[in-house]
Amino acid sequence: MASQDEQDPRISKISSAIRVIPNFPKPGIMFQDITTLLLDTKAFRDTIDLFVERYGGKDISVVAGIEARGFIFGPPIALAIGAKFVPMRKPNKLPGEVISEEYSLEYGTDIMEMHVGAVQAGERALIIDDLIATGGTLCAAIKLLERVGVHVVECACVIELPELKGRERLGDKPLFVLVSST
Amino acid sequence: MLVREQLTMSDYRDKDPLIHGIQSKIRVVPNFPKPGIMFQDITTLLLDPKAFKDTIDLFVERYKGKNISVVAGIEARGFIFGPPIALEIGAKFVPLRKPKKLPGKVISEEYVLEYGKDCLEMHVGAVEPGERALVVDDLIATGGTLCAAMQLLERVGAEVVECACVIELPDLKGRERLNGKPLYVLVESH
Repeated sequence: MASQDEQDPRISKISSAIRVIPNFPKPGIMFQDITTLLLDTKAFRDTIDLFVERYGGKDISVVAGIEARGFIFGPPIALAIGAKFVPMRKPNKLPGEVISEEYSLEYGTDIMEMHVGAVQAGERALIIDDLIATGGTLCAAIKLLERVGVHVVECACVIELPELKGRERLGDKPLFVLVSST
Repeated sequence: MLVREQLTMSDYRDKDPLIHGIQSKIRVVPNFPKPGIMFQDITTLLLDPKAFKDTIDLFVERYKGKNISVVAGIEARGFIFGPPIALEIGAKFVPLRKPKKLPGKVISEEYVLEYGKDCLEMHVGAVEPGERALVVDDLIATGGTLCAAMQLLERVGAEVVECACVIELPDLKGRERLNGKPLYVLVESH
């Protein structure tokens, strides 16, 4: 199941709390700014609740959040469902031994890292980010977790940009989003 | 060792085992990011759901019901601790970021590093004059970043009630750099 079909009444307030900034970070891009959602205490609460309602009691022991906006949504979800929080970071930020996964950008490549030993083989994980665009970052996160034997149950984002077909790039991994932005 | 203000004996009894549990989960990584630095790694704390929850609960207990409407968190590790606190006390969360990350109109505050300078930014309009704010980060070292954060909030007329960190490195005297603003930490590391 993609976004809420029979739309939960909380979704429209969440959607309207997101601010669109034209031409950021460069001309032609309509940037989906979640910082305004974080200023609306009820809408932020509802955002977290919608994820917690979906994932609580499903034996998920890992919530992996992608730097930096995944760090805002991941921990409250992890705390509510009793899972650990695992930050997935840009290179050279994590201090301990890491495993790295390279991924493509529009121009060039980037690298995502995770601490060795943060997760155990057989654990069930969610991956959280604020938004899915092309799906490249989420893919890298899936790979990092699967390389150490973790089962990625689902990827969860506040916003999807469906025209960029990120959902397809996730292959067989399910994606759950609250808001679809065309 | 703890940093606290006046607490009752029962507070000591209740909190000490929690603090000890939290402290024991923090991993020290030598020579990161460069030789000689003993890096306080909170990621291992985040792997222990009970210890992570206790960390948040200790801050929430302190700040709930104090009419605090803003929790400002410093990128990136302040983004991990700030939002859970904000959600529990009913405050908004305001991310304070490195330059060019925030998409809207920003105000910037420059601050001094060991070598060179850096800059912290906040969205215009995120905070109203008169709001009562907390600043949250994982750790206070020299206090430079926290200072810049307080400046940003005060420039828009907010009142910084307190700075809150999981860890303090007291030898770096960050507490003194906060211009008399109170600092609350859970763990001291010498």
